[in-house]
Amino acid sequence: MSKNNVSLSGKSILGLEYFNADEIKLVLETAKEMKNIINRDIKKVPTLRGKSIVNLFYEPSTRTRSSFELAGKYLGADVINITAGTSSIVKGESLRDTLLTVEAMGVDAIVMRHKSEGAAEYAHQVVKPAIINAGDGAHAHPSQGLLDLFTISQHKNTLKDLKVAILGDILHSRVARSDIWGMREMGMEVHLAGPKTLLPRFLTAEKGIFVHDRIEEAVEAADVINVLRIQLERQKSGLFPSPREYARIFGLNRERLARAKDDVLVLHPGPMNKGLEISPDVAYSDHSAIQEQVQNGVAVRMALLTLVLMGGKNLEINA
Amino acid sequence: MKLMLKGGRIINPGKNFDQIGDVLIENGKIKEIGVGLKAENATIIEAAGLVVTPGLIDMHVHLREPGQEAKEDFSSGSKAAAAGGYTRIACMPNTKPVVDNAILVNGLKERARQAAVVHIDIIGALTKNQKGTELAEVGDMTQAGAVAFSDDGHYVQSSKVLLNGLDYLRTFDKRIISHAEETTLVEDGIMNEGNRSAMLGMKGRPTVAEDIAVARDILLAEYADAKIHIAHISSKNAVEIVRQAKKRGVKVTAEVTPQHLTMTDDLVNAFDTSTKVNPPLRSKEHLAAMIEGLKDGTIDAIVTDHSPHAYEEKDVEYNYAPSGFPGLETAVGVLLTDLYHEGKLDLPEIIEKMTYGPAKVFDLAAGVLDVGAAADVTIIDPNLNWTVDAEKFYTRGTHSPFLGRHLKGKAVMTIVDGKIVMKDGKIID
Repeated sequence: MSKNNVSLSGKSILGLEYFNADEIKLVLETAKEMKNIINRDIKKVPTLRGKSIVNLFYEPSTRTRSSFELAGKYLGADVINITAGTSSIVKGESLRDTLLTVEAMGVDAIVMRHKSEGAAEYAHQVVKPAIINAGDGAHAHPSQGLLDLFTISQHKNTLKDLKVAILGDILHSRVARSDIWGMREMGMEVHLAGPKTLLPRFLTAEKGIFVHDRIEEAVEAADVINVLRIQLERQKSGLFPSPREYARIFGLNRERLARAKDDVLVLHPGPMNKGLEISPDVAYSDHSAIQEQVQNGVAVRMALLTLVLMGGKNLEINA
Repeated sequence: MKLMLKGGRIINPGKNFDQIGDVLIENGKIKEIGVGLKAENATIIEAAGLVVTPGLIDMHVHLREPGQEAKEDFSSGSKAAAAGGYTRIACMPNTKPVVDNAILVNGLKERARQAAVVHIDIIGALTKNQKGTELAEVGDMTQAGAVAFSDDGHYVQSSKVLLNGLDYLRTFDKRIISHAEETTLVEDGIMNEGNRSAMLGMKGRPTVAEDIAVARDILLAEYADAKIHIAHISSKNAVEIVRQAKKRGVKVTAEVTPQHLTMTDDLVNAFDTSTKVNPPLRSKEHLAAMIEGLKDGTIDAIVTDHSPHAYEEKDVEYNYAPSGFPGLETAVGVLLTDLYHEGKLDLPEIIEKMTYGPAKVFDLAAGVLDVGAAADVTIIDPNLNWTVDAEKFYTRGTHSPFLGRHLKGKAVMTIVDGKIVMKDGKIID
């Protein structure tokens, strides 16, 4: 499976800024095979039989956590969930001690979600099992970035030279940060747009990244548009005046979509605020791959778990 | 007891003095400074190749006493000071409880007599419980011996309260030390706002927050014709604002830390909380402005802002870690390695900002080698190579961004009131 000695075996998946193009391609190719498993009648394969995975979630999550859980179970691994509200974390146990406890139980990988940036890298320093970052604050969400790339590649057959527009709350978005580094590495042209209060002041100097004041400019002739979720609690701190105004000026609607290429692909990491950052008719249009992203998410996470835990070997997907 | 420091390079910036010579110490005082001095029964300290300076002064440390002795106390903190070459340090009042009354000032002075191996000055809180709403009893604290007043750790948000403090303290001729960061702009920021924070997705503290606060504080001090001191300056625009104010004759002074002279936010990794500090490590262009500010006299003093925390407090997620790290034992090494040996500042420039400079700012009878003065003396080996190792720290703080660094230059002897309290890095009790 691995070619040119590209391998993620035993590695922690912390952020896409650490991935090179060959590693990304390896994940996407593996995900393609994994997607076939998901579409079977009987989904279980023995690839990761005897491996144990802990989902350690310090933040609420439905889709990412269940996606990782199903990915592990389809591959035959034992998967358990530890969530902040129902564990010794509420008794004040430190992250180090929780990690050491989980490690001592003999797990092979820890899938971790945490609201503090750098928490996954901290975990990687503290314990031996591979850490898979399922989101750390506003820093990174590498499996989301990879599933976005996978979804795009399934539709466009290539990634190189595609123009992608990422819209909305870039400042607080770990999805944006993972997309940006992954897309740039794959040779895509990244355009960012949203209210200035939701754009980082400083990313502008980075190569291959273009920042626009207006949505219309960013989506012009775009091959892909990724609409980020607006966290409504941001509105309370005054970063934009009202949801109503946001939808009118910065939301993706039919008119703005028409400026993009005819075959533009629309993505959204979910959950959507329909009528705010994206209009319902766009969200359910033929351009939308939003539901497909969810299925691709399981495939990409299966690929990551296999590559990290088995090095891509033992891919008995026909079993 | 007599001590003869023989043949060292005596750097005494308060007297514009920089020569090879001898220093004779007797009965805790400096008896004589000159060449080829002779004294019977004196213990000879060979200082050839070494630098003899006035005892180093650090007017911004956190000794955590009372209330947070797991982080540090007067014993461990003063030993760390002596190990780093300091003979006199001033501790900030953000303790538990806050040092905001004369009883606490007196109590801490007594604790210093019992437990400390160097001189400790007490800085009182400017406002009650450092809440920024009502002035603390600063007159009472002045009479108890407090050397300055500060709500360090907090910006005095109310301009009216700061103006009251500036006006009121004119009677007592004491300086307010301002922690200048406009609060609403830094909210939950955990590092400098810039390219690095944008990459890491971490909330930033922009330099403009410091610039605004410094400008306001200076304007109020100018209006009141009162003394203000800007703590741990770190932004180039703030330095320029201080520079212009000094030209106008405003009674403003400023200090800078080794970290803001030598480290940038590129060193921040979100899994290592040792770089978390306030003000945060800035970007490169600010460092150059700090050095320029020291050179032209805009910045008067170098302080460490020594802020030790317990291991378990720092060994957490970056967001949850308290800000600050220990600095007393690394300052000389870092400054000599990154500024002196790199040719950015010469030794007299560095020593001045650690002796005569701060003494002048706070009207201390210290910081100068003078016949008849208390014999607070530091001997530095500017070429000693060593590696920063937390195991060897006297401070209880463990998380230092300088850990593992190979440094060149170290204090090798600290003399307080004529008594050797540190020799070759070891405290002599």
